[in-house]
Amino acid sequence: MPSLDRRRFLWGTTALGATAVLAGCTSNESAKAGATNAVAGSSGENSQPGKAVTIGFSAPAADHGWMAAMTKNAKAQAGQFSDVTLKATEGTNDVNQQIGQVETLINDKVDVLVILPFDGKALTEVGRQATDAGIPVVNVDRIFDTPLAYRAWIGGDNYRMGVNAGNYIAAQMKSKNISSPVIGEVAGIDSLPLTQERSKGFKDALARAGFTVGPRVSAQFTPESGEQQTANLLQGASKLDALWNHDDDQGIGVLAAIDGAGRKDFIMVGGAGSRNMMDLIKADSGVVKATVLYSPSMASSAIALARMLGQAKGIGDLAEHEIPALITTYSAVVSKENVDSYLDVGFDS
Amino acid sequence: MTGKSSTPVLATGDQTGPPPERERPSRGGFTVDVRLAGLVGVLVLLCLVGYLTRPDGFLTEANISTMLRLAAAIGVVSVGMTFVIISGGIDLSVGSIVALSSVWMTTVATQSYGPVVMVLCGLLVGLGCGLVNGVLISYGKIVPFIATLAMYASARGLAERLSGRRTQVVSETGFTTFFRGDFLGVPVLIWMLALVFAVGWVLLNRTNFGRRTFAVGGNAEAARLAGIDVKRHTALVYGIAGLCCGIAAVMVVARTTSGASTNGLFYELDAIAAVVIGGTLLTGGRGSLIGTLVGVLIFTVLNSIFTQNNLDTDIQNIAKGVIIVAAVLLQSTRLRRRVRKT
Repeated sequence: MPSLDRRRFLWGTTALGATAVLAGCTSNESAKAGATNAVAGSSGENSQPGKAVTIGFSAPAADHGWMAAMTKNAKAQAGQFSDVTLKATEGTNDVNQQIGQVETLINDKVDVLVILPFDGKALTEVGRQATDAGIPVVNVDRIFDTPLAYRAWIGGDNYRMGVNAGNYIAAQMKSKNISSPVIGEVAGIDSLPLTQERSKGFKDALARAGFTVGPRVSAQFTPESGEQQTANLLQGASKLDALWNHDDDQGIGVLAAIDGAGRKDFIMVGGAGSRNMMDLIKADSGVVKATVLYSPSMASSAIALARMLGQAKGIGDLAEHEIPALITTYSAVVSKENVDSYLDVGFDS
Repeated sequence: MTGKSSTPVLATGDQTGPPPERERPSRGGFTVDVRLAGLVGVLVLLCLVGYLTRPDGFLTEANISTMLRLAAAIGVVSVGMTFVIISGGIDLSVGSIVALSSVWMTTVATQSYGPVVMVLCGLLVGLGCGLVNGVLISYGKIVPFIATLAMYASARGLAERLSGRRTQVVSETGFTTFFRGDFLGVPVLIWMLALVFAVGWVLLNRTNFGRRTFAVGGNAEAARLAGIDVKRHTALVYGIAGLCCGIAAVMVVARTTSGASTNGLFYELDAIAAVVIGGTLLTGGRGSLIGTLVGVLIFTVLNSIFTQNNLDTDIQNIAKGVIIVAAVLLQSTRLRRRVRKT
């Protein structure tokens, strides 16, 4: 039946053509070569190669830019040191799987373990297991329940992040002589303790200046939810003087909503410190004036600390011979004045 | 007690005899449906609540435009879902298809080919995934729940792989200027939403394709015996659902100026909820696109009321659940019969 054959031929070639088009559209290599990675330990006597150290690394699945940057930074840092062998496991958000992976690393008898647990409480036991087996643990960001599970902790300061954002906005409002400003907040996932701490810091800092938080919405750290919640927030707030967005990844959506509503009457402060935001702050053409860091550079520092642990060295500038037990990274406020010096810790969202 | 009545009375609450004069057979035509009137009543009530709580900002042109733009993506997905559910199936993968489509159309390669290729890519990916679903269900004889569950997982996984879990910002300005702009004073996204609903309504209620969809959903075996190619029809219906997801992906990318593997989260639940409260039976064979539209609008207005009044999302989610249950209860035939008798 010639017409049926012709129809089949037409459909066949259309399908083939469509597949070809789609196949040609999957590449993601951008014109500019990869962004700079935050790396530590490039100066000082500790940078000299020493004893060989095997570091085991376990982190959650890189399902958003910040987490992806953590893993990328850790691997880049390990690559910088000639005396370090990195054993990184596949990222997973399943607690049981992550426990299994850490146990595998323990059995491999690595020298030091660097763990960013998906949930600090759930992974505490396996941290203890490692410590008891004689493998020192560097706990990154989400802290274990007991110090018996880690030798050193390095992470961010969510409360101070909010405080610094609040202080910056308060100073801006005062310098513009706005007596009772309407200050909005786009938070992240409300049920996470880190979001609650950030909000509390923000509220406390504003209260010290005599201001309060006005309209507040919570998104899910994704661009889509950021856009949705901000669009509604802007509709309900015809007058707005400042807006703090907790996370620069959802900030892409927040900015899209602001742009869609055509609003320019307020200043916006971001959070976490993505490369995207820093570029916008530098250009200073929109509402974004600053961002408060919660930099994934802590992963690089964690690897550097692990290496020091493995080689029994301390941090040169400090008096002690050993590395400290708790290191909290500082949430600096990056604004136009200092953005150039912070570009190296900005991450791709 | 007379011996015979004109309408056979059955033990169940459903009517299977000739329908009474007020209702046309389940085709969502223009006759006034008690069900639909009730839903529209709920929507009007919500709008009233919104206006009373925020008289200055709720029923303004800007806010209505914002609400409609926010409803656009989920609305379009719900159109596809309506077709699928009327045909007796279910599609759990709509959110993931939106994510994959939005990622595929925002890769550096696609963006370099220009806005037309971007849109085409998005639509093709949606259609392709929908057809894969359809073929697996109709020819592979896999239960819709399972087949679309598999797509739900793998589509998002592929989206994560393609994007490297990064957010892909759209730098192609032609795309963003067009889709974020207005046409004759109304945002392009709202035009798209209206167009998809209009075309969907015509397809469902005025073409043979729509009639066949109702037939297959009502009784697939009877439809097959009546000469309908059930397999091909089912595959096409899922293809339509996929295409709707592709259109929704274009909208989401336009709204957020980016594509991310986190787009479209929970769309399947929202779409199914909107379709069900709109009067479409989950068992198939009966449904209405106008009902779906009202359902989508109800949830959008609810979301707007809550945000504008600074209320917690937890209360909003509880309210959503209550509305779904109330809407389904109000639509039960038993209740309607009782209302008609009094």
